[in-house]
Parts: sequence; structure tokens; C-alpha cells
Amino acid sequence: MDPTKLTISELGQLLRDRELSAQELLVLHLDRIEDADGDVKAYLRLTESLAGEQARAADATLKAGEAGPLTGIPMAVKDVLCVRGVETTAGSQILRGFRPPYTGTAVQRLFDAGAVMIGVTNCDEFAMGSSTENSGYFPTHNPWNLDRVPGGSSGGSAAAVAAGEAVFGLGTDTGGSIRQPAALCGVVGMKPTYGRVSRYGLIAFASSLDQIGPFTRSVDDCALVLEAMAGHDPLDATSADRPNDVRHDLKAGVNGMRLGVPKEYFEVAGMEDGVKVAVNQALRMLESAGAKLVDVSLPHTDYGLAAYYIIAPAECSSNLARFDGVKYGMSDQEAQNITDAYSRTRRRGFGTEVRRRVMLGTYALSSGYYDAYYVKAQKVRTLIKRDFDEAFTKCDAIVSATSPTVAFPIGSKTQDPLSMYLCDVLTLGGNLAGLPGVSIPCGMSQGLPVGLQVLAPQWREDIALRVARAYEIASDMRVEVALVG
Amino acid sequence: MADWEVVIGMEVHVQPRTRSKMFCGCAVAPLNEPPNTHVCEICEGMPGVLPVINKAAVEACLKTALALECEIPQHTKFDRKNYMYPDLPKGYQISQYDLPMSRNGHLDLEGRRVRIRRVHLEEDTGKLVHEGDKLHKATQSFVDLNRAGVPLMEIVSEPDLRSADEAREYAMALRTLLRTIGASEADMEKGQLRAEPNISIRRAGTEELGVKTELKNINSFRALHRAIAFEVKRQAELLESGGTVVQETRGWSEAEQRTFSQRSKEFAEDYRYFPEPDLPPLELDREWIDKLRSELPELPRVRRARLVEAYGLPASDAAQLAGERELADLFESAVRAGAEAKPTANWIIGEVAPKADGRFAGQISPAQLAELLGLLSSRYINRDNARKTLDAIWGTSLSPENVAKEKGWIGQVDDGVILNAILEVEQTHPQAVFDYRAGNRQVLGVLVKAVQDACGGKADPRRVSELIRQRFGD
Repeated sequence: MDPTKLTISELGQLLRDRELSAQELLVLHLDRIEDADGDVKAYLRLTESLAGEQARAADATLKAGEAGPLTGIPMAVKDVLCVRGVETTAGSQILRGFRPPYTGTAVQRLFDAGAVMIGVTNCDEFAMGSSTENSGYFPTHNPWNLDRVPGGSSGGSAAAVAAGEAVFGLGTDTGGSIRQPAALCGVVGMKPTYGRVSRYGLIAFASSLDQIGPFTRSVDDCALVLEAMAGHDPLDATSADRPNDVRHDLKAGVNGMRLGVPKEYFEVAGMEDGVKVAVNQALRMLESAGAKLVDVSLPHTDYGLAAYYIIAPAECSSNLARFDGVKYGMSDQEAQNITDAYSRTRRRGFGTEVRRRVMLGTYALSSGYYDAYYVKAQKVRTLIKRDFDEAFTKCDAIVSATSPTVAFPIGSKTQDPLSMYLCDVLTLGGNLAGLPGVSIPCGMSQGLPVGLQVLAPQWREDIALRVARAYEIASDMRVEVALVG
Repeated sequence: MADWEVVIGMEVHVQPRTRSKMFCGCAVAPLNEPPNTHVCEICEGMPGVLPVINKAAVEACLKTALALECEIPQHTKFDRKNYMYPDLPKGYQISQYDLPMSRNGHLDLEGRRVRIRRVHLEEDTGKLVHEGDKLHKATQSFVDLNRAGVPLMEIVSEPDLRSADEAREYAMALRTLLRTIGASEADMEKGQLRAEPNISIRRAGTEELGVKTELKNINSFRALHRAIAFEVKRQAELLESGGTVVQETRGWSEAEQRTFSQRSKEFAEDYRYFPEPDLPPLELDREWIDKLRSELPELPRVRRARLVEAYGLPASDAAQLAGERELADLFESAVRAGAEAKPTANWIIGEVAPKADGRFAGQISPAQLAELLGLLSSRYINRDNARKTLDAIWGTSLSPENVAKEKGWIGQVDDGVILNAILEVEQTHPQAVFDYRAGNRQVLGVLVKAVQDACGGKADPRRVSELIRQRFGD
């Protein structure tokens, strides 16, 4: 079988059996990128020389018999994760040419585990968007239908994994930016518990919501990559010092487990029938595998979107203040004074959606509006957390669709930001509550993948992964690689 | 001008004594290091970096708060103060807004209690360097981030000070306190203590506060006093001539000895404070607080009173010693080692302190000082030679007596032996004694030589003549 269609576990076996070298595997992927990426446009830039070095090192490790599960495995890295010496731009023109002087913790841990970085993947600018159309460079296309979006903001990594252009990818999820593109591209994607993976080196969008997570072709792979990245980091005060138990009882199945079905998540605006059908079928399969479906309620769901679109822009308005043209990236040289220089640099360097959110957030934090917006939104956030706490007294995990729709046509929502914001309505609750959530493919609708989302209580990635794994087995699901290119 | 009452509140920024910066591992740079040599991706505000709280800075802040008898809350948190300026690499300063590390303390001055509103922690900004040192002429400006992220404690008083004198006394008392508890070196000239007074005046007897101005760029206690005096006079003249005071920030020009308008507060900047999401709220462990409290040394005010009480020192001497913990420690240890209190205080204030010039750090041990003062009181040594001996033993562990003997600065016999010799000479040289008593000072040399001979040449000649003069009249 074509190695670009295999999982980490399968490739790890081939590599350790020395039927394939890491360098050969890298070349196969570079060839695949050459064939497919002209259409998909998942990558912003390739890091071939770094990859070559890492693959050579991986082969040495393999030869020495010291390989771990990720040794020699090609990965795609979202353009918001800093890698020393590698141009990292957060999908924005304002950072064009910026090469970080350091490598972030999560990526470094994967490097240490022997992974091979092939390239930097496209995303919505500063991870703000749900279609990767807000990239400051170009849009990425859905490998299953090139006229459709891959979802976002981590659309490049999702599309790369779906198109066989990387074995796994890294994304970041602030309101659904891993899970939604995973659903739309038909791959596995996971947002860990807030604090599970260090954010050091992640160019912040909304600090209290951002998490780094993997895109893979199987639940097993997802657990492997997550485990390699997870754990306390002294450089991130919000990373938790807890046991790294994400793969605990992965294969234990769902027999006797209670899966909560939140009615609000099946009634959201714009929910497509095809998605509902696919998800309901998946739930029945889990039921037949021994799970018990229970009705739960998340009564503040309707307010989640509003709260999210106060909190995330508020944080981003502050996080993005450092892009001022003084220290790095784009810098206007025509201005006559510093205020003018700031305005000109930022007007030119930031795209429309980023400017919109910076302005929204600045407004929400302004004196006289702070209580009415930011404080109120934080109260809603607390209520949403309580909804989940309450629901988890009745169930072990919550299941729903990941996205109300399948991949939509490129350009269909760009003129209407609100309709774009609604893409995250089923995922952003998990961010507001800091919960782990995984999206796993569960069939097709209109010829496009549908995603099943499993949310678990904080620090219970093991439960989310266990349910996803059980579904994988029950449905005999295997992530397909799109035959694009 | 006599009927104006002056109202002053102080904001004092103090750099706590820490090895590293507030939120990263960079060393705190001394002044005037080459630009951008104490920086990393964190204090440079690179994309993707995160802050981690410096525990030593928190500890210094808590000790300060405890010494000022502040209330320490159970929870405290950091907030972002948002504004853009090239010396602020992240576009926000991490500070504390509505849940500071401490509140409601006080510092007692002579005759006045100054209430402390709050003591909180924040980070310093970098520094802009303009080509040719003048912003309006510069074609280029440069950013130096050595200071960016250096920890700062902000100590905010209530408007309880009533004169430039009191404001200076407050700042000096704060410095003494901070040094005593080891929270900061608080050296104004090194920028470790920056006082920013806000000043208003009102008609004596009225309650309503006048419009205040805030003063910056003050680099010494003298400048603090002069800047306030200038500003009070300026405001009074303005009001008396029918004008109004504008609420603004004014800079102190050392060169011109006046304040000048820097920034109007009419359009107050909106800092859009919100909780720093990169730092979880801090839980202040009660046991830790209690431990810090119990480890606080005797505070300057208490010690001053005790030095007066226990050693009978004049209040001014006690205040000077208590003002520098090391001096007071030296004093008490030297007395314990057998020195007399009063001369010891005099010597420490008059000789040791000026010589140490703030960099005392164990240059002389209590035992050495007690020994030296013993020589002086038993008159083996005269005052000049005692000073020379102090110079010679400074920074060493040498014995003062050995050094002075070696250098021939002391007599080898004490006053008793000399006095016996004088009595002997009275018998052997009656004519010379008679002439001396009659006013013929020229025979002094003869007498000194005779006494020296009687002592076997082992007496300090100057001491001999002193004692002769005492006995036979001067």
C-alpha cells in the first residue's frame, strides 16, 4: 500500500522493520505534495532541509534500534507555531519574513520524539476564521472537493493529512479550529483540555481559549501525538502539572458508558439534515457497542457564541498589540510619527477579519463598556461551564456533530461574518469550558465528510479518545486519503 | 502664600532585589550596560512567548507590604495595562489592577502617619534612545530592552503629606525600611527607587482637594524636595493671579530647576485593563505570609527607639544608626564586644559611615572596632593615628593593635605608666617643672624627653605632652 495513506502506527512498524527508511518516507511525501498541493494549497512553505536533517537523524535512531513511535514520521505544522529559523507568520502579511529565534515547547517535544517537519501549513490569519479563506496568502482547498473550504482556522494541516501530504499535522483550536476542519476534511482532530499542552511558542489569538492539538488518520495516532506533546512546561504558567494519562484504557470500549446527547446541539441554526443523519447513525452504532445514550441539556448554548465573540476578540486585541512594526515583521517607513506608523503598518499588515476582531475587542474592553461586555461575557462563560458540569453528572462524555454543515463552497460565507461565526457553534463551548474534544469522521453527506464530536470532562482526554476509538472499531472506520492530484 | 495648605500623595516605584526579571530568566542588568544585552524572546515580546512569575519578586513585595503593615489578601492576580509605545514590547504592561498584592498599610514619620493605599507588582518598560539625545531633532530613535521586564513594586500613599520636607522624609524613611528588610537596595541614583509626587494646594481650613499635578524625572531626594517646593510655589502663584491649575504630568528639569508640562490628563488614556490570561491568579499561602512576617527584622522606627532607650544615645544618633541596618548592627555588636556606647556611635557616624559610603558590606568587624575604640579610650593611641589605623585595617581582618604597633602609631605603655613617670620627673626635674608652671612653654620639650626616658622610650610622645599639659597646666 502507498505509505502516504498509512497511519503512524502502521508506518512505525514499516520503519522499525526497516522496510522503509525515514528519508524514503520523506521523499514519498514530498512527491505527494508536488502532485497534490498545487490543487489543495495546504502548505505555505516547505521546510525540506530541516526535514532532510531530521529524517537522517531518524534513520540513525532507527538503525540504533532506539526509535519511538513517532521517529521518522512526517508532520505538518500550522503557521502559528514558532520554529527556530523557520519563517512563521500566523497566516499574516504583517509577519512576512519573521523567523522566530526559538522553538515552541509542543513542537520541540515532537522533534525530540523524532518527528520530521515537512512544512508550514496555511491557516486563517492569526487563527481567526473557519474556512482558511482569511489567510493573508491564499485559500486552501478541501481535498474531497476543491471548490469547497477545508474548514479553519487550521485548514492547511487538516487538508494536508486528508490529502496524504503529511502523516499527521498540528493545529490550534480556540473555538473549534482543529475539530471543525478535521470534520470537514474527514480526519481525526483533537483539542486537549486547556492546560494539557504548553502554549509556549503558539502565537496567541485568545490566550484563555487556545490549545494545540493533532490531526491524524486514526484515534490511536491522535493519542500518540497528544501524549508526546502533553505535560507540564515551566515556560507556560497555565500548563498543568498532571499525569500524562491521555492514552489510559484507550481500547476499553464503551460498554456501560453513558453518552450524553445534548438536545440544544441538535437544534442549532443551519444544522444540515445529512449531518444529522450521519451523526444519529454513529450514535446508534455506539449504542450497539454497549453505550447508553442519555438526554442532557446545555441550556446556555445560545449565549455561547456571543460570549465567545466578546472574550476572544478582547484577548486578541491585546495579544496583537505587539505587531507594531517596531521589532519584527512588516514596518511602514513612510509615517511621520509613531501613531501614524502604527496605523499604517497595522492597516496594511492585518486583513479585514483581524482588524474587525481587534476593533471589537478594543471596544469590549473600553472604559464604560467593560462591565456590559467583557464582565458579562465572563459570567456567561461561567454559566456554560456549569452547564457542562451539570451534564457530566449524568453522563461520561457528550456526543454531537462537530460542525452543523459539511464543507461549504469557497466564497459562500466571506461576505457574511456572522454566518461564518456560526460554523463554531458546536465546538466553542468546549473552549469556553476548557474541555477536551475530539472529532472523528462518521460518514459522508453530499459526498463530503461528516464529523462526530466527543467532549469529555476536563483532563479526561482518555474518555474522549476511548469513545472515539470504540466508534472507529464499531464502524470499521478507516480514514481515507482523498485522491486529489 | 501662608494660607495655602499643601497636599501631597506619593507613588514610589521600587526595584526589588532579584537576580532575574519579573517574567523571564534574564538577569537584571546594572545601569549603562550595552543596549539589548540582557534580553530574551520573552522580554522582547516575541510572538508566542508567555510570562512566568518571579517568586523572589513576589516575596520582596510581600515583605514590603508586611513591613508597611498592609493587609494581604487571599487571592491576587495580574492584569494587562494596554497601551502602545515603542519601549513596551508586548503593547501592554503586566501590572495589577483591582486585586493588588496588598492594601491599607501605613508608614509612621515623626509626628505623622502616612497611609499606604496599596503595594503591587508590575514590570518595567524598556528605554528609548534618541539620536543626539533630543527627540524633536532626532531622525532615528533606538529601543533598549535591558530594563524591559525588570520587576517593580509600586507603593502608593494616600495624600497625607503636607510639605516638601515631609515628602522627602517619607521617601527617605521608605528607603531605610526597604534596605532594612532587604527588599531592595533602593538607590535613587541607580533608578531603583523612583518617587513621583502628586501635588495640589487648597486654602487652609478647607476640605476640598485642589487640582493636582504629578511630577516625574526626579532622581534624588534633593531634587524631590526642590521639585515639590517649586511646584507648590508655581501653583500658588497661578491661583493667586486668578489662574487655574491644569491636571497634568509635569517633568522636573534638573538643569533648569523647574517643572515643565509633559502630558495633559484632560484626555486620559483608556488602558483597557483586563485580567492577564497567561497567568493564573495567585493564591497567597497563609503559612508563607506568616513565615515572611516572622522573618522580618526589627524595623527602623522600633530600633531607633530602642537605641535611645537601651544605650542612652541622642535621638539623632539613634536615627542615623537605625537608618542603615548594617551600621546599627555594627554598633550593637561592637558594644557587646566591650566598646562604650557613646564613643562607638560617634565613631560609626563620624568615621565608619562616611568611609563606607553606602557600600559597607563587612569592611570592619565589630571586634576590630571594639579593639580600636579600646586603644583610643585607654589612650595608647591618639585620634589621628586611630584614623590611620582604621584605614589600614579597612576591608581586612587585621588586628588594629598589631597594625598600629607595627606602624609605630601607638605607645607601648599606657597612661598609668606615663603618669608615674611624670610624678618621677616632678622629683628629678623640679626647676623645669617650676618654669613650666610659671608659663615658660619652651621647657615642654625637656619634660617630654625626661618622661620618655623614664618610660624607657616606649611612650607615645604626643600622649606624653598631652598628659604633661593636663598635669601642669596648658
